[in-house]
Amino acid sequence: MDETSLRIAEVTQASTAGFFAQCYELFDLPALGSLIKCRDGKNEIVAVTCNARTSSLEPGRRPIARGKTEITEEDVFRSNPQLRQLLKSEFEAVVLGHSFDNEYYHYLPPRPVKLHSFVYLCNPDEIAAFSQSLEFLSLLTSARTEIPSEELVAACIRFISACHAEPATFTAAAGKKLAQIFVDDYPKLRTILLRLKL
Amino acid sequence: MNHKDNSKLGVVVSGSLSHGILARLDSNTSVEDITVGHLVTIQGNTRRFFGMINDISLETTDPGILLTPPEAGEEFLASVLRGTTTYGTMQIVPYLTLGSDESLIEGPQPVKSIPSHFSPVYLASESDIELVFGKEGSKNFFIGNPLDMEVKLCLDLSEFVTRSNGVFGKSGTGKTFLTRMLLIGILQTDAAVNLVFDMHSEYGWMGTREKASPVKGLKQLFASRVSVFTLDEKSSQERKVSTDFVVHLGYDEIEPADIELLRQTLNLTDQAVAATYQMRQRFGQKWIEKALALESEGETEDVLKSLNIHEATFQNLIRGLNVICRLPFTSPHVETRAVDKVLEYLQSGKHVVLEFGRYRDITAYILVANLLTRRIYSRYRENTEKAMAENRPRPKPLVITIEEAHKFLNPAVAGQTIFGTIAREMRKYNTTLLVIDQRPSGIDEEVMSQLGTKITCLLDSEKDIDSVLAGMSGKSGLKSVIAKLSAKQQALVFGHAVPMPVAFRPRDYGSAESYEEFGKMPLINDAKDLEDLW
Repeated sequence: MDETSLRIAEVTQASTAGFFAQCYELFDLPALGSLIKCRDGKNEIVAVTCNARTSSLEPGRRPIARGKTEITEEDVFRSNPQLRQLLKSEFEAVVLGHSFDNEYYHYLPPRPVKLHSFVYLCNPDEIAAFSQSLEFLSLLTSARTEIPSEELVAACIRFISACHAEPATFTAAAGKKLAQIFVDDYPKLRTILLRLKL
Repeated sequence: MNHKDNSKLGVVVSGSLSHGILARLDSNTSVEDITVGHLVTIQGNTRRFFGMINDISLETTDPGILLTPPEAGEEFLASVLRGTTTYGTMQIVPYLTLGSDESLIEGPQPVKSIPSHFSPVYLASESDIELVFGKEGSKNFFIGNPLDMEVKLCLDLSEFVTRSNGVFGKSGTGKTFLTRMLLIGILQTDAAVNLVFDMHSEYGWMGTREKASPVKGLKQLFASRVSVFTLDEKSSQERKVSTDFVVHLGYDEIEPADIELLRQTLNLTDQAVAATYQMRQRFGQKWIEKALALESEGETEDVLKSLNIHEATFQNLIRGLNVICRLPFTSPHVETRAVDKVLEYLQSGKHVVLEFGRYRDITAYILVANLLTRRIYSRYRENTEKAMAENRPRPKPLVITIEEAHKFLNPAVAGQTIFGTIAREMRKYNTTLLVIDQRPSGIDEEVMSQLGTKITCLLDSEKDIDSVLAGMSGKSGLKSVIAKLSAKQQALVFGHAVPMPVAFRPRDYGSAESYEEFGKMPLINDAKDLEDLW
């Protein structure tokens, strides 16, 4: 584990294909489609973030509007410091693969990530290494999430390509791979490709 | 065989022996770079296959793309789809295979199998072409380059001359250039002696070229081995041709069978043709002279009555005979018969080109070509039979070149003319035809199917293409290749003398370098040739 990686959240619910994590800081959510990782012994599980939300700690209590007399949004939190204790930011993650002994495998790990595992942001080198093989796209495109999967796939490819020395080459290769995956679903392929910028 | 990676075009995905092999193009192969007629090799697990591309198509995995194709500005989408969801395929007809121990010794063999799935398809390399068609040598004559390739394509002319052959193509597609090259090849490789009935005076001396200066003829390139005969001395002199003999025909050389062939051109009735035989029987060798005299002597009625010929039939015949007699090169009797002279030259190994000069009308051409050929053929037949009986070497093969072949070989007359006989009986008597024509559909089907090697330039009439391909396996594939040849300087050769069909660009003819190249005698460069010398 690279200790310089930024720790951002903690796993609160886990399954083999994905997990939920709560951020340590309110609103400090990773961007849609960014790669994160959790440690499980020698294993490192790599996942992509999707479907982030900020809500009340207690499911029955809905936040109410408090800013009628405030000038800025920040003033709302300044006037009501308890809010930071009553709200939480959390996100869902879809597992894209795992590593063992510094080698990446682009299929599901044998076991799900443990609850309360720390969640770290992957650094650019790790992202580039992980995405050397485009096989992770199979798991990414088959993920069932609340948000449209086209959005997730496009966001993830945009995020990863920024970590490559030649983003355009990576995006083109990923596009070709997607065309193989969506061989009989042109509308979906088209939606994703139109969301990728070279 | 090692192939350069950049020559890989795609992989085999389906197919059958009868309908050809379908290969999917690799995503980095542009469908625009593939052309029909290209030769390819397919590397199977245990064998290598040689074939020709005969169709190309665009395919898609999802019909939805056809409804919403990438729009202008969506280049990235288009570039991703290209080669993945949309892709190109090519249809390949396999012809030869190489692989088993047996074929390694004997060379490529005809296909009886097809390559397995995902066998890579490569553009045929230069060494592949040499393996299949042979290297330039004493027997193999360099005829051109396969389309888009620099390697020399060779034709085994000693094999070529053992059958009657045809050169076809629309007017202005380069038939004459091709034929001239083949004649030079036959001369240079010493495969046979040529007798050319040169209707438009293009082979012996100067030949014309569209939008360019004239090209040299055979006599100019090989003066000592080619002799030019002429029917029209004046025209030859005007064109400054050095002729060896001026041909005159005696009426007494003309036989009823020669008239029969002219039935259509002279507008003779069947009865008039039948009358010629009766006249010949009655008057002997000088029958034409006597028949013409008959009219002026006023004894017509009695003679006609005794021969049972109707007056109208006689008049019809006389009109026809007068057309022949008006030809300036005919006279009642000549001292030196052209046929003897031609044979003398041919037997001494000289190639003969007979120029027609101004007498380009079809009557003169048919009359002279048929008359000379019939006698030459019968002399050749006698000589061959004698040689066989006495166990001597046969006379040197003779190739007779005729233009406007449909006039001699159309279904109505092919059964009667000597050319029909030669085309059918083929090589038995060492005499074969080189047929040049622009309307192959006008030639008798039976004759067409007997032609050994056919070289065809562009043809666009469906009927003509069908008749050229008659009797050819994998016909439908070659059809598209013939129809897509360029109007100039492209041809397809297939049949007896080539192991597989190949589209090619005929070698250059007309530049100073090309004359020099043609002038060179072929090098003896393979062990087999040396063996032959011993």
